[in-house]
Amino acid sequence: MDLAINPFSSGTRLRDMIRSIRACKTAAEERAVVRRECAAIRAAISESDQDYRHRNMAKLMFIHMLGYPTHFGQMECLKLIAAAGFPEKRIGYLGLMLLLDERQEVLMLVTNSLKQDLNHSNQFIVGLALCALGNICSAEMARDLAPEVERLLQNRDPNTKKKAALCSIRIVRKVPDLAENFMGAAASLLKEKHHGVLISAVQLCTELCKASTEALEYLRKNSLEGLVRILRDVSNSSYAPEYDVAGITDPFLHIRVLKLMRTLSQGDADCSEYINDILAQVATKTESNKNAGNAILYECVETIMGIEATSGLRVLAINILGRFLSNRDNNIRYVALNMLMKAIAVDTQAVQRHRATILECVKDADVSIRKRALELVYLLVNDTNVKPLTKELVDYLEVSDQDFKDDLTAKICSIVEKFSQDKLWYLDQMFRVLSLAGNHVKDDVWHALIVLISNASELQGYSVRSLYKALQACGEQESLVRVAVWCIGEYGEMLVNNVSMLDIEEPITVTESDAVDAVEVYLKRYSADVTTRAMCLVSLLKLSSRFPPTSERIKEIVAQNKGNTVLELQQRSIEFSSIIQRHQSIKSSLLERMPVLDEANYLVKRAASMQATVSSVKSAPAVTPGGQLKLPNGVAKPPAAPLADLLDLSSDDTPVTTSAPTTAPNDFLQDLLGIGLIDSSPAGGAPSTSTDILMDLLSIGSTPVQNGPPTSNFIPPGIAETKPVPVTPQVVDLLDGLSSSTSLPDGNAAYPTITAFQSATLRITFSFKKQPGKPQETTINATFTNLATTTFTDFVFQAAVPKFIQLRLDPASSSTLPASGNGSVTQSLSVTNNQHGQKPLAMRIRVSYKVNGEDRLEQGQVSNFPAGL
Amino acid sequence: MIHFVLLISRQGKVRLTKWYTPYPQKQRSKVIKEISALVLTRGPKLCNFVDWQGYRVVYKRYASLYFCMCIDPADNELETLQIIHHYVEILDRYFGNVCELDLIFNFHKAYFILDEILIAGELQESNKKAVLRLVTTQDALVEAAKEEASSLSNIIAQATK
Repeated sequence: MDLAINPFSSGTRLRDMIRSIRACKTAAEERAVVRRECAAIRAAISESDQDYRHRNMAKLMFIHMLGYPTHFGQMECLKLIAAAGFPEKRIGYLGLMLLLDERQEVLMLVTNSLKQDLNHSNQFIVGLALCALGNICSAEMARDLAPEVERLLQNRDPNTKKKAALCSIRIVRKVPDLAENFMGAAASLLKEKHHGVLISAVQLCTELCKASTEALEYLRKNSLEGLVRILRDVSNSSYAPEYDVAGITDPFLHIRVLKLMRTLSQGDADCSEYINDILAQVATKTESNKNAGNAILYECVETIMGIEATSGLRVLAINILGRFLSNRDNNIRYVALNMLMKAIAVDTQAVQRHRATILECVKDADVSIRKRALELVYLLVNDTNVKPLTKELVDYLEVSDQDFKDDLTAKICSIVEKFSQDKLWYLDQMFRVLSLAGNHVKDDVWHALIVLISNASELQGYSVRSLYKALQACGEQESLVRVAVWCIGEYGEMLVNNVSMLDIEEPITVTESDAVDAVEVYLKRYSADVTTRAMCLVSLLKLSSRFPPTSERIKEIVAQNKGNTVLELQQRSIEFSSIIQRHQSIKSSLLERMPVLDEANYLVKRAASMQATVSSVKSAPAVTPGGQLKLPNGVAKPPAAPLADLLDLSSDDTPVTTSAPTTAPNDFLQDLLGIGLIDSSPAGGAPSTSTDILMDLLSIGSTPVQNGPPTSNFIPPGIAETKPVPVTPQVVDLLDGLSSSTSLPDGNAAYPTITAFQSATLRITFSFKKQPGKPQETTINATFTNLATTTFTDFVFQAAVPKFIQLRLDPASSSTLPASGNGSVTQSLSVTNNQHGQKPLAMRIRVSYKVNGEDRLEQGQVSNFPAGL
Repeated sequence: MIHFVLLISRQGKVRLTKWYTPYPQKQRSKVIKEISALVLTRGPKLCNFVDWQGYRVVYKRYASLYFCMCIDPADNELETLQIIHHYVEILDRYFGNVCELDLIFNFHKAYFILDEILIAGELQESNKKAVLRLVTTQDALVEAAKEEASSLSNIIAQATK
């Protein structure tokens, strides 16, 4: 047995191997021992060594537990199982359960051995097979072996019966269709005396009820009486040493019967009435000084809450919970909080009585209890108690653990939003939360806050001053900074002039340059993220118009970012600089206050999109391409989401954070393939031309393809290109103004606009734009015009290109095309010609749409691209 | 239902793992790591339940070993605690004052006992003596088979029969 003599002998005993592994002082040493052992086992396997097969398997299991790979031993398990002897089978099945799981295909090979063993004459071998099947069987195996297991339910031996019953649970979980096959046998097992069989049978019945309504009906009729008898017997039974746990006979059976009773009586008044008495008996008679008794009481309360119990019984249950809640044992308090959550639905008043205790639990040292209690408090909040409860929670926010702040903040924000009849109160709470835990506040929450502020004209002054003060005190909170910076940009003059003071406010003195200072700090701070800094830039730009004397200084600050490595910031600062410098005439109208954001609309959409994101990422309306406000390297334009909503562009309703950037390409692909509708704009209807432009403007953040050249291009207004300008109602004029006054040289505009496709009903024109230094890449702006007299709906444009060209389609501005050329839809395409200069662009296009609900399809080829693309 | 059972030593060494819900091997080690981090760091006076990824982990410390069971949130936590205790009591009777070393060197025995208590993540037997009887009878069967096949050739002959 000396390893040094023959390293490949499988001679070490299991005990020796464990000992030598335990003796290892370093991980490297341990690895070496394991490697040596694995090598020996591998060698033994390849020699198909019979003698030490089961010892090797035991070793492998130990090695597996240590976390080393042991896949090479899987086939050995099968061989051991196929062996005739009990010892081999025992270790083989154990290995099977430990080393394999149901996903492995190897498992299919074992089905036959299992079948044989299920029919074996030795009850212990049958037991091993049932145990293995019950623990790891897959759906296929379940189907194949269900008849065997069904037969074994009628076996003489109680041990086989109970194992077969549990194995049936697994089978029914894997293949719910089989539930009806088992219900007869399961019901008859409930007549047994053996507790193991009873427990297993009760559990099987519970599982059957979950899987099939037919089984539920059947068991309601056939088993309830028996269950009541079992429960009565076991709860009245005198001391039974075999099953006794702390003076209670078989608490496990108690609990499982109570659970099945709940399943059977849920929503059934007759059944509920039938078990009323026995539940009352269990609830009153069970001792509650030990865990076992409390476990039964807990289950009993849950059953009472779950069924159509009488009010007397419910009072009894609530009282038990009250006792639990004041218990010193943390476990008991935990389950009490858990149960009270379910009890709320039944009797809110009774739970409200315990409010103070529950609130104390929110501050418990134990995170498990804190979480439960917080969820419960959240459910307890109503119009009358919202203010004191919120105050308590916000106060606690100050001292709570960092880990807990996420949960706590989310809950507070949610409460505050839900019960905000009083705007001032809402603002105060939100400002406190932002100051205390702004880093934990979700994006949609502060978006909503901004929407609210913009709507509350009488509170804007108060908001901006409070935020300014908060900013001085706790500037490390990211979302506080964002909201504050936005408000300073919008309502800067109210900050400086103390406009619309409230009675409760104390006047503060802030000079214009103080306001600029405040914003500048966060623009320059390294820890601030790109979004915050971009917001700072916008805010500064606005301040330059609010406070003309600071304009020069702001110009300098903005100009400092012209060389920023973050493209978004660089681009913005170049553009903003040019606005400050060259467009004094339009600056003030350009930088007017944001139009009031439509609050109701925003809230509705936010709710919808939250629901949609919860339900599934795939749900089409929520994750439309337009919703992609966050860019790989760009920045979500801060107020873009609410703004988009303002303009009723329903596609933009996904809040920034909830939309996963990675889904964007998929969506485009889907659009290309015509699988997903681009967007049916249910709320928007047919957007007018001006909204089209606005939307393109808004897509600053949302066009994932174009990172926009640092120079500004000008484009005819009809097919407006992304323009990084804060939106104002005068936006159309602005564009005109820009295109006439901007005299930047733009050689790229040399490509003529072409008519790519024309039929009796539809015209498609392409205009082109190239980015300097990238001759291969072309951005095509397609404009679709409806020449027919009926509106096109579900309009989808698809394009295909030869292999040497890469094509990317952005979402169209709308899927509805108004009739008779009254407005158009635009869509931009990015094309990369990999053989630029050698081959011209070529493209096949296909357009599908609906006219009065009828599908239409048009296709064609575009070969008249201007030369040089 | 119980999704998995873990025995972890205070040092974070795994002493037993039993999976009733399929987890791929890679995920298993991740789960073990997460659960150890959650459970081992908790103080002595706290409750025995932790929320974990929408499930609930019920754990209890016996000497240097943490017994952890992962259950559905709708399951009875107090009962699961009782099941853990049930298992520990049976181990204790089987080994006679069980300690961690017993479970290290006889880990397969610990598995055999667990297999007589739980199948498919559900309780199989509430009678401790019955469990012990079943396990010892099967141990005896193994011993008998070993004696019967006292020579190596006998085993070979049996296996190739």
